[in-house]
Amino acid sequence: MPEAADRELTFAQAIREALAEEMRRDDTVCIMGEDVAEAGTPFKVLSGLLEEFGKDRVLDTPISEAGFTGLAVGAAMTGMRPVVDIMFGDFITLTMDQMVNQAAKVHYMSGGKWRVPMVMRTTMGATRRSAAQHSQSLHAWFCHVPGLKVVLPSTPYDAKGLLKAAIRDENPVVFFEDKMMYKLKGPVPADDYTVPLGVADVKRVGGDITLVATSSMVQVALGAATLLEEIGISAEVVDPRTMWPLDEKTLIESAKKTSRAIVLDEGYERYGVTAELASVIATGAFYDMDAPVKRMGAMHVPIPFSPPLEDVTVPTEQTVFESACKLCGRS
Amino acid sequence: MTTATQPREALEKVDLWLRMYRQMVAIRQFEAQVNELYTRALMPGLAHLYIGEEAVAVGVCEALERTDYITSTHRGHGHCLAKGASPDKMFAELLGKKAGYCKGKGGSMHIADPATGNLGANAIVCGSAGIATGAAFSAQRLRNGRVAVCFFGEGALGQGVLYEVMNLAQLFKLPVIYICENNLYTEYTHYSETTAGDILARATAFGLEAASVDGQDVRAVHGTAQRLVGRARRGEGPAFLLCNTYRYHGHHVGDIKREYYRSKQEEQTWKTERDPITNLGKWLIEQKLADASGLEWMQTELESEMKKAVDFAVTAPYPSVDEVDQDVYA
Repeated sequence: MPEAADRELTFAQAIREALAEEMRRDDTVCIMGEDVAEAGTPFKVLSGLLEEFGKDRVLDTPISEAGFTGLAVGAAMTGMRPVVDIMFGDFITLTMDQMVNQAAKVHYMSGGKWRVPMVMRTTMGATRRSAAQHSQSLHAWFCHVPGLKVVLPSTPYDAKGLLKAAIRDENPVVFFEDKMMYKLKGPVPADDYTVPLGVADVKRVGGDITLVATSSMVQVALGAATLLEEIGISAEVVDPRTMWPLDEKTLIESAKKTSRAIVLDEGYERYGVTAELASVIATGAFYDMDAPVKRMGAMHVPIPFSPPLEDVTVPTEQTVFESACKLCGRS
Repeated sequence: MTTATQPREALEKVDLWLRMYRQMVAIRQFEAQVNELYTRALMPGLAHLYIGEEAVAVGVCEALERTDYITSTHRGHGHCLAKGASPDKMFAELLGKKAGYCKGKGGSMHIADPATGNLGANAIVCGSAGIATGAAFSAQRLRNGRVAVCFFGEGALGQGVLYEVMNLAQLFKLPVIYICENNLYTEYTHYSETTAGDILARATAFGLEAASVDGQDVRAVHGTAQRLVGRARRGEGPAFLLCNTYRYHGHHVGDIKREYYRSKQEEQTWKTERDPITNLGKWLIEQKLADASGLEWMQTELESEMKKAVDFAVTAPYPSVDEVDQDVYA
């Protein structure tokens, strides 16, 4: 567990370590994407991998997201374990047929005969002043598709363990990394460990209200919890870690205990993952709830460029704090 | 049947020619049964018949090893059979039965079979171009000597992903062969209305080895396919093979009134002058490699085999309803 680690890594370093460990363990693991080799991606997440594993396993591709994602699907079916890098989550639009109609359905359509053990790593998250085509958090789209697994790590520890589990998984897994978290530091054991997909983690124990938060919103929820503590409200922060498979039990149990819940996610609130998470809680903990489940996500607008405009599009510690106060009758 | 006066090459290859003849007849008879099942309302969904195009699948697949990979299309029964699928499990799949290749979950447009290297038929036009290229990528990385063949119709020339993967295949020198079956009609539209410029030039622009062949001549298809497969297997890179062919039936079985996009005269000309089975049969007889009664016997034998396979599928049970959510995840 994190407490046992005697060293800290950034989120980006944890991702790189997971990839390097899996590539050392299994020759069939390879990485492909735009500027992944010498450049190590624009975020420098993959720096050093080319030097250790060479060009045969760290492959720069043309700017052809559909092409190399499709190539990865076929490679995964026939003995490789490719990890595809989609630089900005906004570009998943270009891979949709390969992921939704091909990767997700191959196993089912073939009656379970073919498998697609591949990982798509991509990014999410706003407030980087990158405007509408480089700031979206579109993970909900993949959550909607049977056959895919969707992972949203929120700490360096989870990032390493979940990515290693994703690479070893026999299914196509989409792994979303928040761009703003790459520099976040946290304890990461040097050991070979995995975090199983489908197990939520209670990031903070509390008794008055549950904050279910994903990815970047976990830090926001933890910040809000500190503010709430100051006025005597004890918040529990639950991180589902994977959107599918989803650990419904942990979410429901926490909500039953606290009787109030806010669900936070950086994707669009309308028809987004918060709707599913809220529904799970509202159904599973109905008789124990003292208030309706509150959903908080990105505003229903294309992410604007101008900083003061962009900042109001996503939940913040302050807006979560205010919503929590209201839900606890303390406004 | 053979005599000493025949050319040496024909003698050496007589088994191959006869096997290809048999395979083409098998596909045609399979499809005739599909037509029958569909019109008798025994087959759910859609049926896209391969009749008329048999020489392409057979000529190409006879140039492959069983362990080589193929990807197929919505008009894919011919590819699957040519790569070694058995008709009974094919029919069972077409009828949605548990005994089918995909336990009834895939149907006509999604036959897949790892045992014969069939990565799956695909109902998205050009949907398998990435998969075939990826299979070639793994063959190269794992050094298992396999090649991958991607079958697609000329309609797929409109999809951008084809050009993305041809570029990747050439950059990585992958053992993949893109087989373009130009049956002249992109569904209900003549390909000339949807295809600008020169088809082969699209492949040569990326540096792929490209060739064009009479897709009704199975010996020509096979010869060229063999050359391209050979160079791919030797690590000399990807290729593109344009096979000019013709679809005798409509886009699908229900496409009966076709005069608005092509004339009956045109259909008749292809059927009488360029039929791949008739023409190979004539040649075999001319070369004294077969006689008419022998070929007829082969046809009758296959007809009864196909009927048996249909009976198997018709009487086979449907999957149990509780299988609906199995195989979503591995």
